[in-house]
Amino acid sequence: MKVLITGISGKLGRLVARRLVEDGHSVLGIDRRGWPQAPDGVKMFHSDIRKRPAEEVFRTERPDAVIHMATVTHVNAGPEERYRINLRGTRTVFDHCNEYGVEHAIFVGRHTFYGAAPDAPIHHGEADPPLAVSTFPALADLVAADLFAGSALWRFPQMSTTVLRLCYTLGESGRGTLANFICGPRVPTVLGFDPLYQFMHEHDAADAICLALDHKLRGVFNVAGPQPIPLSLLIEATGRTQVPIPEPVFGLALGKFGLPSLPSGATAHVKYPIVVDDHAFRRETGFTHRFDEIETMDAFDR
Amino acid sequence: MRLNFLIDDEIARRVRRLELPFNAYGLDPYGISQEYLSVFFSLLGRLYRGYFTVRSHGVEHIAEQGRVMVVGNHSGGLPVDGAMVLASLFLEMEPPRLAQGMVEKFAQRWPFVSHWFSRVGQFTGLPEHAERLLRDDRLLMVFPEGARGTGKLYKDRYKLERFGTGFIRLALETNTPIVPFAFIGGEEALPTAFHLKRLAKLLGVPYIPVPPYMLPLPMPVHCEIYYGEPMVFAGDGNEADEVIEDYVEQVKERIRGLIERGRVERRSVFGGARPQKIQGATISEKPDRDDSVAERGEVGS
Repeated sequence: MKVLITGISGKLGRLVARRLVEDGHSVLGIDRRGWPQAPDGVKMFHSDIRKRPAEEVFRTERPDAVIHMATVTHVNAGPEERYRINLRGTRTVFDHCNEYGVEHAIFVGRHTFYGAAPDAPIHHGEADPPLAVSTFPALADLVAADLFAGSALWRFPQMSTTVLRLCYTLGESGRGTLANFICGPRVPTVLGFDPLYQFMHEHDAADAICLALDHKLRGVFNVAGPQPIPLSLLIEATGRTQVPIPEPVFGLALGKFGLPSLPSGATAHVKYPIVVDDHAFRRETGFTHRFDEIETMDAFDR
Repeated sequence: MRLNFLIDDEIARRVRRLELPFNAYGLDPYGISQEYLSVFFSLLGRLYRGYFTVRSHGVEHIAEQGRVMVVGNHSGGLPVDGAMVLASLFLEMEPPRLAQGMVEKFAQRWPFVSHWFSRVGQFTGLPEHAERLLRDDRLLMVFPEGARGTGKLYKDRYKLERFGTGFIRLALETNTPIVPFAFIGGEEALPTAFHLKRLAKLLGVPYIPVPPYMLPLPMPVHCEIYYGEPMVFAGDGNEADEVIEDYVEQVKERIRGLIERGRVERRSVFGGARPQKIQGATISEKPDRDDSVAERGEVGS
């Protein structure tokens, strides 16, 4: 099968590309960042997904499946940039998929879609509304991209569309939203709160994406690995020091004293859990995670 | 955790006997922690045995495993009843079981309360939580009166407020037996004279109870818990409100009966620090000043 991966140079993109090549698929990649050491079997196109050269890839290469991972998840990018890439980019990719006869499109989204709030249930099913819009406005574009990708299910019924909502990923790469938060020696928490954090090994995440491709899934699915654990334990087990900060001064302390800076709105995500129920995905694909929570943290900490 | 010095060895041994799927860190998939449970029940155990000197009757009505809903009356300003029912099922059952309450929403907004309740399995009272816990064969503790029960004044003691109906639909949907219970003593532990409404609003809580002695702390009164026989209703949870309300009324009636029985059999409110042996349905030596058992004419169950 000919598989096009947008945002291939990201952490997950590279892992998925390698796995697909191993499985005998021919892989095309589009990314404005490039991937100099791309393995044999990956045909790279150095372009922005919203630009004409990207459409040319669809037109001339005619991929059977597309895995769309070209979204900006780090919130430092600025709202304009994020909006352009996450929303306009997603729209462009799905339009191309429809126009050039792609049979299966996979959107790789995030479980932060559900948002964190004190009155939200601990576990989120796929039908839960996106609270992130109100609790964490900086994530609004990702929420919109997720819902927009899901609309392909009825707008382009001839194409199989999968929307995956992945929990945080950790691993040897040391990259990702959660990894950025706990990368320093000291990790800030809100005094008196200790939410559950759900994360999976990045290799398991790549496996899950490949399984969605193999099964030509249709629909929206949460994807998670081992059971969630409290943030305090995650910090301790990865050899960091927890710095509990009273909530009124939490925002002021961030970005100082060697603490990471977080966008406003992230506080809710340090106070309350976001845990997804991934039963449907496991049932449909037979997915099982290879790395438990301890092995995953060890891989990150190495 | 710095509070480990509080842990009672016997309690820690009982925590290890809980049939929950704990991982290598002693955490279950909901984040319930063996360590936190040990501290929590060490404290509750002391209150249960030494402060409220609780006696539990009929714990054998709760199955050793599998989904169960214990449903009872709510009373007394602060949820002393909830805490003592948790302690009762943990201390008196063999093997011990962890009851999981359905907590008022404000608790999750408060620092430390949020943290502790999350680690000892006392989650916000959302239908999603209740259903998931029951499907995982947990033991759910439900007060269908909610804050209406604990928020009533002393003059309305042992009168049941309106019951919510959600618990019956849930029991039907998940095929869960309901064990009714009565909690006696909660009303006297913290008799509410009036409420501080403005301060409550400011703090985001449903009410703040003020007893005649002004300090909202429960007094060491003797408490009794009566568990009744399990009730199983037939249905799938899609019945008309009329049918459901009839089931609710049946549960309420059983709880009412248990309350009446408990008020007849109870010890005096204070004094005689050691629990005495129950002697059938005889009234305790010192008759209760507020004894209103005869009012409804239904003594015993």
